[in-house]
Amino acid sequence: MNKMHSALRELAEMDELAVRVSPIHALHPAAKLIATVAYILVTLSFDKYDLSGLVPMLLWPILLFALSGIQVRSCFYKLRIVLPLVMAVGLFNPFLDRTIILRMGTLTVSGGVISMLTLMLKGVYCLMASFLLMATTPIDNLCAALRQLHVPKMLVTLLLLTYRYIGVMTGELAVMTDAYHLRAPGQKGIHISAWGSFLGQLLLRSMDRAQELYASMLLRGYHQHFHYADIKPFRGRDALYLLGCLLFFFLLRSVRLAQLLGGLLVR
Amino acid sequence: MIEFQKVSFGYEKNRPVLRDLSFRIERGEAVGLIGANGAGKSTVMKLLLGLLWGEGRILVDGLEVRRDTLPEIRRKLGFVLQNSDDQMFMPTVYEDMIFAPLNYMLSREEAEARVDAVLERLGLQDLKHRYNHKISGGEKRMAAIATILAMEPEAILMDEPSSALDPYNRRVVIRTIRELSQTKLISSHDLDMILDTCQRVILLSDGHIAADGPAEQLLRDRALLEANRLELPLSLMGRSQRSY
Ligand SMILES: Nc1ncnc2c1ncn2[C@@H]1O[C@H](COP(=O)(O)OP(=O)(O)O)[C@@H](O)[C@H]1O
Ligand SMILES: [Mg+2]
Repeated sequence: MNKMHSALRELAEMDELAVRVSPIHALHPAAKLIATVAYILVTLSFDKYDLSGLVPMLLWPILLFALSGIQVRSCFYKLRIVLPLVMAVGLFNPFLDRTIILRMGTLTVSGGVISMLTLMLKGVYCLMASFLLMATTPIDNLCAALRQLHVPKMLVTLLLLTYRYIGVMTGELAVMTDAYHLRAPGQKGIHISAWGSFLGQLLLRSMDRAQELYASMLLRGYHQHFHYADIKPFRGRDALYLLGCLLFFFLLRSVRLAQLLGGLLVR
Repeated sequence: MIEFQKVSFGYEKNRPVLRDLSFRIERGEAVGLIGANGAGKSTVMKLLLGLLWGEGRILVDGLEVRRDTLPEIRRKLGFVLQNSDDQMFMPTVYEDMIFAPLNYMLSREEAEARVDAVLERLGLQDLKHRYNHKISGGEKRMAAIATILAMEPEAILMDEPSSALDPYNRRVVIRTIRELSQTKLISSHDLDMILDTCQRVILLSDGHIAADGPAEQLLRDRALLEANRLELPLSLMGRSQRSY
């Protein structure tokens, strides 16, 4: 089967993950959204050599995976196309930054290697956090939450359409690659000479379809209010979750769990 | 219920798609809008829904189609898109069906009752909690029709409702259309389907109305149809008479 078809199916399956039942799924989308944004900001704020500070940040996603029943495997499987890109970001650091910062016997570790690892971890953490948000919150509920947080209507509609547009675009891409390969048997990928017209066509076709899709929303009364999203009011446990998360991030950022544990062992 | 008064429209300058189009559809009528590919059938529907803007006046239930009247007008009209994949954008059939009623400020209980009533009427209860990307083309077309019926529109517009369906699903869709009591405007070049569902036919050709009259009469007029790149419905011609 065409790779695009399976990518499309997987994307649709995000919706299926998002309607499951778990303590995390039941939380108010605004609480999850703010916690996720805070997590990403805290993760990005670590120093580029602070590998030991960054490692314990993994605890939060692990906790969420456990509580939501979402499989770690499914996360990495769905992200397999973007993960390598994120990992590649730091790949040149070892060559650029050769200052030695760690010496263990004859083994030396340069600053470049450490900063490469922290960059990779930051990328993976942020992806995991975003994945967990999308996998536990239907997109329409997320949009409703954004509106409650007074994010401008236009931006929210744009987010919603982009999300749906990705589906439409992968669908068109699947059809087009099928059509291409039927006329270029035995060829792997798409020949570079055809890329320009291919991309142009893809854009035009998916824009046409996205327009139809938006029309279909408008014709059924979509007016940038999310009455149709089924979100419950913000309750005590949502506030508790959010406060708990923020406190947890604050501790991880300031108390240096790793150093604390390390200190205990050495003493 | 629906009235076009000298409506003209072109996607590009100097290339009119519709020229001075005028017609009137009464409440409760079932009208087939026929014409070859590119005759302008979809364009007529999009103008009516305020998705495109042309010259001339378009009235729905006495109300002129303008930007300020659009919400009220769109509420009266249910549009079944040609491609059901574009019509259904929520994860499940149920969520798609309840989308419009909730947008129109019904309570969740009322909306849900309405969805259930429509599903039961069409015999589609099994589809309710299915995922849109996991149902067949025929099921999806029926789900799209159900989605529109859940809006309780006064008139239903359908763009090529029988396209890309196998014979069985085509029959199911035709039967469903026949049972709808609303005003209907159905575009198609499937003239057999039009003959089965409409009493009146408007034949579009080159941006104007080439003929307008009773379906039984117009769809028998071989010369007229062939002059407009259409063919007699199969049910009205013997197999041997077919010429290629
Ligand atoms: N988005 C568009 N831009 C330019 N021309 C268009 C567009 N959509 C349709 N057309 C042209 O307008 C004419 C009528 O199209 P349409 O209403 O879709 O016909 P039908 O539905 O009867 O097949 C055709 O000649 C078509 O090429
Ligand atoms: Mg058309």
